[in-house]
Amino acid sequence: MASIDITGVSKIYPGAAGRSVTGIDLTIADGEFIVLVGPSGCGKSTLLRMVAGLEDITEGEIRIAGRRVNDLEPADRDIAMVFQNYALYPHMTVRENMAYGLKNRKTPRDVIEARVAEAARMLELGPYLDRKPRALSGGQRQRVAMGRAIVRQPAAFLFDEPLSNLDAKLRVSMRGEIRRLQKRLGTTSIYVTHDQLEAMTLADRLVVLNGGRIEQVGTPLDIYHHPASTFVASFIGSPAMNLIDAEVSGNRVVIGDQAITLAAPVQGIGGPAVLGIRAEDLHPAPSGLLFRVDLVEELGAQRLVHGHVSGQGLTLALSPAHPLSETMTIAPAGPALHFFDVGTGRRIGDTAAARTGAGVMA
Amino acid sequence: MTSAVARTGVGRSPDRLISLLLLPVALIALGPILRLLAEGLGYGEGLTFAHVGEVMGRNSTRIALWHSLVTAGGGTVISVLIGAAFAFVVALTDIRAKAALVFCLMIPMMIPPQITALAWMQMMGPSSVLLKTLGIAPPMGSPQPLRSAGGIALLLGIQHAAIVFLTLRAGLRMIPADLVEAARMSGARGWRVWGRIVLPLSLPSLAAGAAMTFVTALGNFGIPAMLGIPARYSTLPTLIYQRLTGMGPSVLPEVAVLALLIGAVAIAGVLLSRLMLSRRSLGLVGLSGRPLALALGSARIWVEAGLWAFIFLILVLPLLALLATSLVPAYGVPLTFGSATFDAWNEVLLRQPVTRRAYANSLLLAGLASVILMAVALPLAWVMSRRPTIWTRAVDTLVDLPYALPGVVLAIACILAFMRIPFTGITLYGTLWIILIAYLARFLVVMLRPVQAAIGQLDPAMEEAAASAGARLGRRLWRIVLPLAAPSAAAGAILVFLTAVNELTVSALLWSSGTETLGVVIFNLEDSGETVMASALAMSIVVLVIALMGCVQIGAARLPKGVVPWQN
Repeated sequence: MASIDITGVSKIYPGAAGRSVTGIDLTIADGEFIVLVGPSGCGKSTLLRMVAGLEDITEGEIRIAGRRVNDLEPADRDIAMVFQNYALYPHMTVRENMAYGLKNRKTPRDVIEARVAEAARMLELGPYLDRKPRALSGGQRQRVAMGRAIVRQPAAFLFDEPLSNLDAKLRVSMRGEIRRLQKRLGTTSIYVTHDQLEAMTLADRLVVLNGGRIEQVGTPLDIYHHPASTFVASFIGSPAMNLIDAEVSGNRVVIGDQAITLAAPVQGIGGPAVLGIRAEDLHPAPSGLLFRVDLVEELGAQRLVHGHVSGQGLTLALSPAHPLSETMTIAPAGPALHFFDVGTGRRIGDTAAARTGAGVMA
Repeated sequence: MTSAVARTGVGRSPDRLISLLLLPVALIALGPILRLLAEGLGYGEGLTFAHVGEVMGRNSTRIALWHSLVTAGGGTVISVLIGAAFAFVVALTDIRAKAALVFCLMIPMMIPPQITALAWMQMMGPSSVLLKTLGIAPPMGSPQPLRSAGGIALLLGIQHAAIVFLTLRAGLRMIPADLVEAARMSGARGWRVWGRIVLPLSLPSLAAGAAMTFVTALGNFGIPAMLGIPARYSTLPTLIYQRLTGMGPSVLPEVAVLALLIGAVAIAGVLLSRLMLSRRSLGLVGLSGRPLALALGSARIWVEAGLWAFIFLILVLPLLALLATSLVPAYGVPLTFGSATFDAWNEVLLRQPVTRRAYANSLLLAGLASVILMAVALPLAWVMSRRPTIWTRAVDTLVDLPYALPGVVLAIACILAFMRIPFTGITLYGTLWIILIAYLARFLVVMLRPVQAAIGQLDPAMEEAAASAGARLGRRLWRIVLPLAAPSAAAGAILVFLTAVNELTVSALLWSSGTETLGVVIFNLEDSGETVMASALAMSIVVLVIALMGCVQIGAARLPKGVVPWQN
């Protein structure tokens, strides 16, 4: 059990022009489940590998349980990692795979046996202990990789996209298993994924990375409802948040040749801005924006209606009960408007005040 | 309906015609070997083990077998040491100029073995021109240290180190980096990672490479012939050669048994190697991620220097010695700027009818073999890939046999098969054609594998698209498959050409006056004391070999994976 403190950490690969990871500051509390999420090449794996000790830290400092680990060997950091390809030793049985790390640490034999048995029980691996990894299915291999981390009873677990080699159904069930296990053991965990749904469902707190920098840190719901930038807004949530060009003046938001009027003026915004609205926050309304429908995707529980408002693409998530027509009048509901700076893409204004009292001004 | 069925039948009949190609291929590749088997077991006199018992009971047989095992075994140990050291460093570390290093390590394997032996003898011993020129030659009359079991083993080891290197490197590239990272995080440090993870995982590859090296060293004729025959140290291949050249075809039943004996040992080695390779591929699970890469840091420059110094020792120095010998006016004269002369080069390349004829024969044989095999391999590889049947798979496995078996075995088999072609009165023995047929059988696999690699990587949808656009089979092969497989076929043809030009073992038993090959002539020149001319001829072949290898290397980047044997 331990906290992890990351202070001003950067990574410059030898021969690379710039930083691959830039100035990361992150404090992870004891027992917390942190998910690093971002598109490929955003630096999430590099950051994880720096915590693991598999990559050198170019700048900054990482502390695990208060102890500076920058110059420690991976073996001395008291952490266990679950790899994307499992990294099971093919020439050892499941039992030997799990016991290997403990043997290296000269753990007494009876302790090793007890811990392996306990992990095998927890992961339902009992019948497979004497098999070699090649005789296991994908999900079982994944569980052995988890077991190998558990028996070590480390200060922290590191997961590097551990579910990406499984099929969709197994991924969902293993996701739940990982979460339950982590809750039960209470071990601090850092989990890397590019799958935003996996990130949302697993994390106590999400860290969204882009281009080697942290875009936003927060709970999944916090990030979903208050994305700090257009990048986060379009990356987290499915379908992605609608982002359209708008012009704000006072309580009027002009979109092309249409406009909506808000109940109160948007604080601190004047002139052009990017307006963000979640698909489920748009509803048919007696008055509002004129929406032309292009395409309907039926998902069963809901339908996604794609179309445009004044030439800008927009998606609505509607209940199948709603009747559809070629043109509809729609309006945002609730505290549902997000504004972002046109140049930087950062969030601006106070959306709490942006309650709609929509009306059409043709 | 009926007409549709008939049409399909017509449309597919060319496919079946191509399958007929399997028959002559199987006949040429396997017929002689079956004939050899029959001879050993008393062909014409009913099944009997009398021959086998008699030949095996002889002292000379047992001594030659023992010598073969000792020299091939010793050579394998040396190959493993050299090949493994290079493979570990090249595959796992960040040294520079890997391609150049690998190319240089491959050259000894591509140079004919008798040239290797000749070059090393010019580097050591009392009459070495190089040592004399430097003034450090041992006194006259002192023995040539290489003319011993140890010398034979050393040169066999150097000649075949590349086999261990290539097999082990391929195995090491398959070990994913995260296995080592996982071990490091589990508290394994330094040598424990090597001992518990990397070594156990690379062991099957190492064993497979060692077994293949043993088989190849066992069949090597050039080195024990050049070094062993003058020292009366016979191995099985040289024993067969000496018996056959001394006694003529009357000893064929006897040498057939010897050939079967060496063939049996070789097949055991090949099977062991295959078993090991299959264990290797079963062992690793999951996708292989990034391969291992260790940073050597400040040690890198020293490791690089060590490797290149070693290359200098085993490659550059012997070739320099060979070059020096080829430039002196007479054997034993020290080389100076004043005494250097191209007389010997002039003699072998332009004047001597024997060497000129040998050049013509070798180039003709190598050229014909490349062209014929290219024409055969393309449709054959296509049938194997697109219309696999039990027969294509059988041929696929069996074409390895004439190449894996020692050359003397194939040569004896060909003599037996073509001495009097069954049902006709024609004999091919003593003509160039018997050598050509032996080459076709032996090198088919050298040509076939690159073409198979290329066709295997072609999307069948391309041909289906052409077929749906109305192109018949012949047209599809000509316009779609051929252009796309052509670079690989060309690389394969150059490899066949290279191997055929280098060939000594098969032709040493099959040649007669007028059908000498380069390998035979070098051997005969050295045997009759014409060391300077032998060196000049050998050096000209080395230049040719390196130039051809260079052609393949330059094209390597554009060829599909698996075509150039020394590339990843």
